Amino acid sequence: MACIEARGLRKAFGPTIALDGVNLRVEEGRILGLIGPNGAGKSTALNSILGLTPFEGELRVLGRNPWTERDQLMRDVCFIADVAVLPRWMRVSQLLDYVAGVHPRFDRAKAEGFLARTEIKRTSKIRQLSKGMVAQLHLAVVMAIDARLLVLDEPTLGLDLLFRKQFYDSLLNDYFDRTRTIVVTTHQVEEIQNVITDLMFINHGRIVLECSMEQFERRYAELMVHPDHLAAAQALKPLHTRQLFGRSILLFENVDRPQLAALGDVRTPGIADLFVAIMGDKASEPPPASSGSSRTTASQEGVSK
Amino acid sequence: MNTELTDSPPTTPALILPTRPFFWSVRRELWENRSLYMGPLIAAGVVLFGFGITAYRLPRLRANALALESVRQQAAIETPYDIAAMMIMFTAFIVGIFYCLDALHGERRDRSILFWKSLPVSDLTSVLAKAIVPLAILPLLTFVIVFATHLIMLLVSTAVLLPSGMAGTTWQLLPWPRLLSILLYGLVTAVLWEAPVYAWLLLVSSWARRATFLWAVLPWLAISAIEKLVFDTTYFIRMVSSRLTGGFEQGFVVVRYPRDAHVPVVDRFTELDPLKFLSSPGLWIGLLIAAAFLAGAVYFRRSRGPL
Repeated sequence: MACIEARGLRKAFGPTIALDGVNLRVEEGRILGLIGPNGAGKSTALNSILGLTPFEGELRVLGRNPWTERDQLMRDVCFIADVAVLPRWMRVSQLLDYVAGVHPRFDRAKAEGFLARTEIKRTSKIRQLSKGMVAQLHLAVVMAIDARLLVLDEPTLGLDLLFRKQFYDSLLNDYFDRTRTIVVTTHQVEEIQNVITDLMFINHGRIVLECSMEQFERRYAELMVHPDHLAAAQALKPLHTRQLFGRSILLFENVDRPQLAALGDVRTPGIADLFVAIMGDKASEPPPASSGSSRTTASQEGVSK
Repeated sequence: MNTELTDSPPTTPALILPTRPFFWSVRRELWENRSLYMGPLIAAGVVLFGFGITAYRLPRLRANALALESVRQQAAIETPYDIAAMMIMFTAFIVGIFYCLDALHGERRDRSILFWKSLPVSDLTSVLAKAIVPLAILPLLTFVIVFATHLIMLLVSTAVLLPSGMAGTTWQLLPWPRLLSILLYGLVTAVLWEAPVYAWLLLVSSWARRATFLWAVLPWLAISAIEKLVFDTTYFIRMVSSRLTGGFEQGFVVVRYPRDAHVPVVDRFTELDPLKFLSSPGLWIGLLIAAAFLAGAVYFRRSRGPL
């Protein structure tokens, strides 16, 4: 069963269309990175999935309609909206008491175990904790809940490098078990490149790219071209060209690596580079129709895997 | 699809009674809003402080009171106890109003609503847990605090009057159990009568983006002003103010004493009138309106996000 399944998901705020007929399918056991510029529709998509906003079209999360069944759905779904949503007046011990009181799948001992590794005191109020500690606390609570889907919306926003690294390390080592599903949005794309199993770009309320990371590595290649071969490389129609230290770096889609290797140094591009290549030029205009067809093939491959 | 969900082992929910989320949601309200009990407690403290610093006059006052005829005797002894109860009730009323105005607004303002909504607690449960605070928790707290305050006052006055040999007169003349019964009855009738007020405040709190107090008050004043201008009548404002303060008149037979009679307003059980109260259509209409307002609050709790 798909963890999240949407068909023709649409949401408009007055004249602004936040989601424009999104089709998506996220299988269980995947870690999906949902990437998009500000205002692309990421938050609206997540809010729909979490039952925080009504939507048009069809959307099932773990087989339920999130808008009409939010409270039941939340037994199996956790989310961290961003670092600042834990109630600041609450004590850490009260937070644990409360979640243990209302959540049937919360394992308090487990949460205490995670907290024991941090410097968070049970008696502290949340407003007394640093931003990083609040994130640690929220993650400890969420990881102690035996959920099937975890949604992270900019979970590391405003955290320093150490906390950010630690956040994803804990998530992978202590939480992710290949049956759970994680959906994460972030602007810090480089730090999730080795975390996610699937990648999705969203822009103007539409999915403009959808692939697994294996497909990503197969499909995209970045060439630091030897100056002598620049014309030959340009002839292969790169997606995007940028300059670094006086050398041209070209991003290719579906071009044989051996062929490229003859022209310079080839490596797998960073998600950020692909993001800039796909979104950078077109951020201000709707995506062309061709990306729609490549999306379809990508999602079909994703399903067959 | 749903059976499939509950069948797979890691997702079988621990047995959780539907009342548990409600219970914990109410506890959460008391954790967050300490003013709910601190307010009435401070009022009780002020009353006790005032009572304490005038205690030295008590033997003289009591001697004077005992010289009066019996009705006024009792009134003189009872008055401080009535004042204490009134002060605490009034404080609880104010605390309840401000609690309701903030209950559904504060969580949207500080974005913690995103955390509350990440837990398996329905919007109905959340709103009812907030509504039960002014409708049951606060009256109960008020009663307990008044009871404790009266008890302390009784002990102080006994101690002060002991040397002059009048200690027994308080216990003889103060109709304490009756006072407490009347208080309890008064609290229940008042809260049932005022239910639409609290529900309205919760509705505004769930809906308004800012200035909850203004949104709560101004529409009623506007309607009243229009009524006055167009029809030159004041039915609407009288209806509103009767909702705010009229619980007392609804539940009791009000006996108007002359201004200088020094007789407590409610003094005898015969003035309690539960039948009149329960048969008043105003009560039931009010409760229906309260239910409608609360349904609205649930609707907005569900659809409105953080501010």
